[in-house]
Amino acid sequence: MANKIGVYVCHCGTNIAGKVNPPAVAAFAGTLKDVAVARDYKFMCSDPGQDMIIQDIKKMGLNRVVVASCSPRLHEKTFQKACARAGLNPYLFQMTCIREHCSWVTRDPDEATAKAMRLVAGAVRRVGRHGRLYSRTEKVHPDVLVVGAGIAGIQAALDIARSGHKVHLVERGPSIGGHMAQFDKTFPTLDCAACISTPKMVAVAQESNITLHTFADVTKVEGFVGNYTATIRQRPRYVNRDLCTGCGLCTEKCPTKVVSEFEEGLSVRRAIYRNSPQAVPNTPVIDAAHCRTLNNKKCGVCAKLCPSGAIDFEQKEKTLSVNVGAIILCTGFDGFDPAPLTQYGYGRYPEVYTALQFERLNNAVGPTGGKILMKNGQPPRSVAIVHCVGSRDANHHEYCSRVCCMYALKYDHLIKDKVGHHAQVYNFYMDLRCFGKGYEEFLRRVQEEGVTFIRGRPASITDQAENPAEEGKLVVLAEDTLLGRRLRVPVDMVVLCTAMEPRRDAPEVARVFGISQGLDGFFLEEHPKLGPVSTATDGIFLGGTCQAPRDIPDAVAHASGAAAQALSLAARGLVDISPTTSHINPDICVGCKICIGLCAYSAIEFDELHHVSVVNEALCKGCGSCAGHCPSGAAQIKHFSEEQIFSELDGLLSDVLAGPRRAAPKVEAPDAQPVRIPITEEAPEQPEEAPA
Amino acid sequence: MQDFEPTIVAFVCNWCTYTAADLAGTARMVQSPNVRLVRMMCTGMVDPKYVLKALLSGADAVLVSGCHPGDCHYINGNYKARRRIKLLKEILTGFGVDERRLKLTWVGASEGNEFAETVNHMVAEVRELGPSDARTMMAI
Repeated sequence: MANKIGVYVCHCGTNIAGKVNPPAVAAFAGTLKDVAVARDYKFMCSDPGQDMIIQDIKKMGLNRVVVASCSPRLHEKTFQKACARAGLNPYLFQMTCIREHCSWVTRDPDEATAKAMRLVAGAVRRVGRHGRLYSRTEKVHPDVLVVGAGIAGIQAALDIARSGHKVHLVERGPSIGGHMAQFDKTFPTLDCAACISTPKMVAVAQESNITLHTFADVTKVEGFVGNYTATIRQRPRYVNRDLCTGCGLCTEKCPTKVVSEFEEGLSVRRAIYRNSPQAVPNTPVIDAAHCRTLNNKKCGVCAKLCPSGAIDFEQKEKTLSVNVGAIILCTGFDGFDPAPLTQYGYGRYPEVYTALQFERLNNAVGPTGGKILMKNGQPPRSVAIVHCVGSRDANHHEYCSRVCCMYALKYDHLIKDKVGHHAQVYNFYMDLRCFGKGYEEFLRRVQEEGVTFIRGRPASITDQAENPAEEGKLVVLAEDTLLGRRLRVPVDMVVLCTAMEPRRDAPEVARVFGISQGLDGFFLEEHPKLGPVSTATDGIFLGGTCQAPRDIPDAVAHASGAAAQALSLAARGLVDISPTTSHINPDICVGCKICIGLCAYSAIEFDELHHVSVVNEALCKGCGSCAGHCPSGAAQIKHFSEEQIFSELDGLLSDVLAGPRRAAPKVEAPDAQPVRIPITEEAPEQPEEAPA
Repeated sequence: MQDFEPTIVAFVCNWCTYTAADLAGTARMVQSPNVRLVRMMCTGMVDPKYVLKALLSGADAVLVSGCHPGDCHYINGNYKARRRIKLLKEILTGFGVDERRLKLTWVGASEGNEFAETVNHMVAEVRELGPSDARTMMAI
């Protein structure tokens, strides 16, 4: 029996109907071969819209459905499910995009309508060649991998562990806590970062469901949603964690001094070190690049002093592989390096600090013991805080880093609090963006503390004094854009509110996990609004600042969201795997084996008995590398077969094929009356068998 | 010839360029309406036959576009596409088809503007080239 195709053209309110003429498209579709019904409707994805399709399938016995609406990336599943509810195999459905690829990007309504008609014709021709396919169900491994143990990773790991699922938490650094461990106070409540994050860090160490891998990286990820195998490289600490008591004697006596990364270059650490005495785990680590013994020089002081004999210079790198069902990336951000902004003199003037350096100056276990002091040991009498350094700047990052306004206000308060009310604080801002809970109130509080706000981005910072008051000071040159006046503001210290930017190794991490980066370099979410924690790769989720700049409350909420998504996968225990894999027709295959070498997943085996290649569907991802090459045409991707693509092309190009060379495509738009094709009250027919 | 509007078929990968096209749409980046997209899962799936079929069926040019090298969702499908398209171009030029009628580009998922530019640029270029004779010349 011939196909009975139903075509449904969506108006999407005015999103499509504003340019495309849906009734005309539906009328055109009604003239196409095998189309039994063609309708248009305001919102096809709404309940009445879906119901219209379901009723048509049931009452008219449609055996193919085409929907012309938004991108299939948005609603393909919605309509596939509607088909399934009406008893039609979801793969006997085709969606074509006349919104993102047509109505939204075409200026001329006639041209948009003409293009929509061709897209519909392509979909109608293609769907005629569709066959029934059935998803296979796979078990989901109950464990979850969390990469990165900053506050986001810690939150995600704890959320999952408390549900009873096991978590592998991998941290690149020697201890967990991330950037939050560097902070002293947190806005807007001013609670101390250590007081709120240390208990969580300890909880991670004590949680029996969490296996913590510090000083480790994930080097390889294989498998698919529900069944990933991750390879973790454990770098050598050269300190035996089982023997070490964490006394810290070694870190005091080591003779080699190295600039400390954790202190943002403000002080030195030893070659054997830990970030702080409160570090979790508190086992020190030996920096192999600087340790004398590991570089074949005479030393071994730490090994001699260690009371428990924990130092082990023979430790080697280890790799282990773990099986997990889902992966959450919480790899965080890097601070912007302001040195390229030479006008601000960072690196040239010692009293110009980055935001993270100023955090360390405030931290009770930082280089100054929590006192705000200049390099000469004196407290500053005046401080300039420069907002938006690297953010909202077309030359660096166009985005707003979202946290700088608030931490700048926090610094305002801390300077007034620690140095004294006489200390002058000048904020050079573009806009004050205090959008969170309690943030505007905090701004008001800081304003009342007597802080000066100057609207204008400084042109430069110089040490060239023009009058005695500027001698020995840094002079900030700026324009107060509210007063329209140029200013020279002499200060003792400058803090640059440096942007949050993607990790420098984000491209490699994206490659390992098979995800994408956005234009700004942060990892790309599945949908900016409705899928902010999932990625295009099923089973891989994002938490915290690896996806976009965030403050602590938002990072924690985002990570909890990622944990919930991973848990819903793990709790169900089963996942549907798309049936759109490759299939090699044994009657056509000549056994040339070329496909075996092409397959990136080693999913094709050779059947020596029948002398043909055979696809292992459990391993096949349906990329089509084999089908794109197969010289005999034996390898075909289900749902993307040669005859399906050829038919789609026939439909897409039917206007070109049919007539003589065209001028600018102009169509006569039929009058805008909705096309009414009455629902015939026939007895419902069973959907027809698909062609093999 | 003045009124000539080319018809271009684009085979785009689901993960990068199709997503970029969606993004270009969401951001309302106006494009020439001459390009008709065929969604593929990967450029590595684009059999050279598909390109030939499009040209023989009346397309004036074909665009194949996928993820940037190294970013392929399927590890290395785009490298395979790159090799195939290079060979195909050599064959097509042998048959007198201008090599500008087949284009391979990399447009990442977040590069909506890049996609719109690619489309508009290619349409302008093919408009200059004029109608393709591939259909009549290579009649089978």
